[in-house]
Amino acid sequence: MMKTLLVRGMLAGLVAGVLAAGFAYLVGEPSVGDAIALEESHGTQAHDAASHDAASHDAASHDAPPHAESPGRAGSGDAAAHEHSESPDHAAESDAAPGHNHGDDALVGRGVQSTLGLLTGVTGYAVAVGGLFAIAFAVVQGRVTTLRPRVSVALLAAGGFAVAVLVPFLKYPANPPAVGQAGTIEDRTALYFGFLALSVVTAMVAVAVGRAAADRAGAASGGLLGVGVYVTVMAVAGALLPAVDEVPDGFPGSLLWDFRLASLGTQVVLWCALGLVFAMLAEKALGRGSRDGHAVTVRQ
Amino acid sequence: MSQTNVVSVPRPTAVRIPLREIVPWAVFTTVLALLVLLFVTTEAGAVSLVSDGLVHEFVHDGRHLLAFPCH
Repeated sequence: MMKTLLVRGMLAGLVAGVLAAGFAYLVGEPSVGDAIALEESHGTQAHDAASHDAASHDAASHDAPPHAESPGRAGSGDAAAHEHSESPDHAAESDAAPGHNHGDDALVGRGVQSTLGLLTGVTGYAVAVGGLFAIAFAVVQGRVTTLRPRVSVALLAAGGFAVAVLVPFLKYPANPPAVGQAGTIEDRTALYFGFLALSVVTAMVAVAVGRAAADRAGAASGGLLGVGVYVTVMAVAGALLPAVDEVPDGFPGSLLWDFRLASLGTQVVLWCALGLVFAMLAEKALGRGSRDGHAVTVRQ
Repeated sequence: MSQTNVVSVPRPTAVRIPLREIVPWAVFTTVLALLVLLFVTTEAGAVSLVSDGLVHEFVHDGRHLLAFPCH
């Protein structure tokens, strides 16, 4: 049964990923393209304007500022750091600067990045999430909810989107190319994933608390308590954790808005499709094993 | 005349997959999923395993649009 659910979860993820990639291509790519164009035309000024930590290289090319090292970054000793610590001149002619070449001389051209790369990235993410989603459903079904499978799946998808995407997004929203200082990528990544992990763990605790309360005080009270616990913890954490605001001076606000909306929209499409497809597949998978008791619907 | 429709409903026995059956799959899936997610979301940004930036550039747009810190 678990194997069936897992395969179906990943299948639902595949469908969701393809749809989300289509949405991202149609709605998101224009603003990504605009942001890259902006980064390459006067991106150096934009990077320098936002840069507080002495990106003192003479920013002759677009490639130079991202190689400015923050003190924390210099000691990290991984291969990328070594590449990053090369002189700007060398780096400018090197193709091996991760993610900072959007032009024709990049390792992967824009044409591939915005189509096949986008599809691969989004679909890979969606399949992985679909697998984890199936596991979460298997744990939750019959324990936290005794609703019919497709209803459980719908609730889980809504909750999963809120916990894994929406709440982290509210604190650390998506940024287009040209927004964000290269030197702080490690800090920003740590903050984002830290907040994401806190969100997931808090949600698990909140579900357990809510479930325990529901046994005594009813489902509505349990649900409210669970949501209350989650919202309270995340609101406090969100208020305490440092903000990230690295939008360069002169970066168009409308472009930032368009990009962030498209980014959120991509995730909405992904989780909606994942929930709907998996709801259908899980209902079929579990329906077979439990026709006796559970397939009872009372219609007047 | 109120018509009462009292239907005797067998208590729904929601399927509950034993944890013993879930755990091995959960471990397996989590490890694989995290590996995939690492490549899609983080590789050659803050963490680098293969380090030439090829993966990073390939999934670049997806990473941005899925709201992960890219660079």
